[in-house]
Amino acid sequence: MKPTVQHNDRREFLKKGLGIAAVASSVTVLHAFQTDSVEITGEMVKLLSPEGEIVEIDKGFLKPIPEVHISPEAAREGIPNRRFVMVIDLARCKNLRKCHDACEKMHHCGPDNEFLKVLKMQDTKLAAPYWQPTMCFHCDEPPCVKVCPVDATYKREDGIVLIDTDRCIGCRFCMVACPYSARTFDWSEPKFPLEVAHQHYSPETSVPAKMGTVSKCDFCPDMTRKGEMPHCVSACPNGVFYFGDEYEDAVSNGEETVRLSELLRDRAGYRYLEDMGTKPRVYYLPPANRSFPFEDDEFTKNKGHEHEK
Amino acid sequence: MRNKVTTKASGDRTDAITMDLMPRPFGRLGHIWVAVLLIICAIGLYFYIEQIRYGLGITAMRDYSTWGIYIANFVFFVAISLVGSLMSAILKLSGAHWRTPLTRISEIIAVASILFAALVIVVDMGRPDRFMNVLLHARIQSPITWDVIVISTYLVISLLLLYLPLIPDLAILRDHHKDGSKWQHNLYKVLALGWSHHPEQEKILRRSEQILAILIIPVAFGIHTVTSWLFATTLRPGWDSNNFGPYFISGAFMVGAGGVIAAMYIFRKAYSLDNYLTDKHFDYMGKLLVLLSLVYLYFNINEYFVPAYKMKAAESAHLKQLFFGSYSPLFWSVQIFGMVIPILVLMFRRGRKPFPMFVIAIMVIVGAWFKRFLIVIPTLSHPFIPMTRVPESWQHYMPTFKEWWITGSTLAGALLIITFLSRLFPIIPIAETIEHEEAARKGKPILD
Repeated sequence: MKPTVQHNDRREFLKKGLGIAAVASSVTVLHAFQTDSVEITGEMVKLLSPEGEIVEIDKGFLKPIPEVHISPEAAREGIPNRRFVMVIDLARCKNLRKCHDACEKMHHCGPDNEFLKVLKMQDTKLAAPYWQPTMCFHCDEPPCVKVCPVDATYKREDGIVLIDTDRCIGCRFCMVACPYSARTFDWSEPKFPLEVAHQHYSPETSVPAKMGTVSKCDFCPDMTRKGEMPHCVSACPNGVFYFGDEYEDAVSNGEETVRLSELLRDRAGYRYLEDMGTKPRVYYLPPANRSFPFEDDEFTKNKGHEHEK
Repeated sequence: MRNKVTTKASGDRTDAITMDLMPRPFGRLGHIWVAVLLIICAIGLYFYIEQIRYGLGITAMRDYSTWGIYIANFVFFVAISLVGSLMSAILKLSGAHWRTPLTRISEIIAVASILFAALVIVVDMGRPDRFMNVLLHARIQSPITWDVIVISTYLVISLLLLYLPLIPDLAILRDHHKDGSKWQHNLYKVLALGWSHHPEQEKILRRSEQILAILIIPVAFGIHTVTSWLFATTLRPGWDSNNFGPYFISGAFMVGAGGVIAAMYIFRKAYSLDNYLTDKHFDYMGKLLVLLSLVYLYFNINEYFVPAYKMKAAESAHLKQLFFGSYSPLFWSVQIFGMVIPILVLMFRRGRKPFPMFVIAIMVIVGAWFKRFLIVIPTLSHPFIPMTRVPESWQHYMPTFKEWWITGSTLAGALLIITFLSRLFPIIPIAETIEHEEAARKGKPILD
């Protein structure tokens, strides 16, 4: 067993042990063999090691990760040697909207500023409708970044597109440039609980949002820094979202870890509006052989189709 | 020779022209006009302060209709500002001497509207307090940066094109304007830069004007092409068009000509300038407006007919909304009253009389404003990913009262600047008018 989960081990960690996230508590990581400050409690906890063994250690060895504040300047760098990618399996989505709720809760973005939407889509009249979660696709050729006059929105080394709302001038050119309507604007002063309002702002959490600036899905880099999954991925009980690293060619939905290239090849993965030339980092798997029959929700029952081509 | 005020033979005539064209104090109507504009602007400023405090939420813009009438108004101001380059540069270089009494009006309109174009863009910003970021963190990839560069360049050249031909007039005012207040006299004195009607000065001035007239043409094409690229560089149906640059420029020249005609009519009435702004000038401007409108019609056909013939899925929702849907009454009104009818009326000699021209000019201007509305707003209601689960008000952008008022007050502000400039400076160039008249009498060619 490795004594600590350090920076260089993240690759290994993500590749083999994404399941660990389910076992380890969300704010802890092993600090074994640093006995100087450890108080033995006598209470033992079971953990899954990166090698796949179940091990037992004293609770005193568990240490909360200090919350590292990633400043707007530091956030521009990105996480080295990573290329984050997401795959959304439309065959598994039944519009539970847990992803949406988790996203809204963690980013404090509220119903007027949704980072993630689940939409009823129907490609042609004869084809069956399906549910499609959409968010920022973190394009490799991001039209939003291209048009930003002040470099407030930028593309990072790890593939993530972020916004520095300390710099954004609120011209909203990025919003009209984005063909996916992924971006949202704080038209009025956002209301937060006090502890959120006082948080140190980081582009990696997009919290707290500021009036007169643009925000959007950030791929939760604060979570990946901790070796954990974005909130939408871990919130989905049906394993719709696969998240991982293109360099490692591995993605996981929390239950299974698979080869990205195989998944896309075997399941005919595609990207939304490929002909826009934006090269999204979010792939979709077509809604074939579905896990659930399509059911309208209250909204679409009243409104009919959300989308007709 | 430009302005030999003291030539004996023509002395009386020169004095008469100088007296006729001197800036005059406001009459009763003038005071009411200024007061109304000031009140509109003051209330607009109050609403804008509210917008700074509470955010753009006081407008009807939301995440999908993320650009609204502020941007449409911006495009309108940029468009109408092109009149300066049309009259001072294009007509100058093509040797159309009849333009002389219209140049100052055009440059004043150009300067006022380009100033307000810049101001309106700040009004649309979510964070106007961070305006300096545009310079501090400028990224040359962004069309907004191009727009900042080209608009500021155009503003500087337009100011020079207003100011340089004004210098001989300022010297005349310095020497002959008696009844003004002291600060006004000092202003003329300082701005006249010691002008003494010396031939060497005139040579330098004429040369500078020539250089500026040539310089401003690419910049004028630049400002409106770049403004069209704010839309055309996106992927959205309705904006994703290669036609946008010339389409915008031709529309701009058209509304600019309309603006000059309206201003000509009003100044002629207000200052009894019938001898200077003659029916001939209206006739020529009418012919020019027909030509410009026909060019614009041509680009309109390209812009709407070609995509409508193909009806690509993404475009069709947008085009159907314009042709038959919720925007169709506005769309057809603008096309018919703002373009087709002006073309038809101005084709006839009787349509090119001052009053019908004035009515047509107002139709062109109002039509042009709403045309900008139709260019900016409907496109945003057809995103690629369907707009759903949003409040009804998000789906149908209808500007709020405060938004309308702020927009209206920028128009009032531009009119106020035009009014004040015409109060301070001769609205028709005195020196050039005298010079042209002398040249005509002596049968000499006009140096322009």
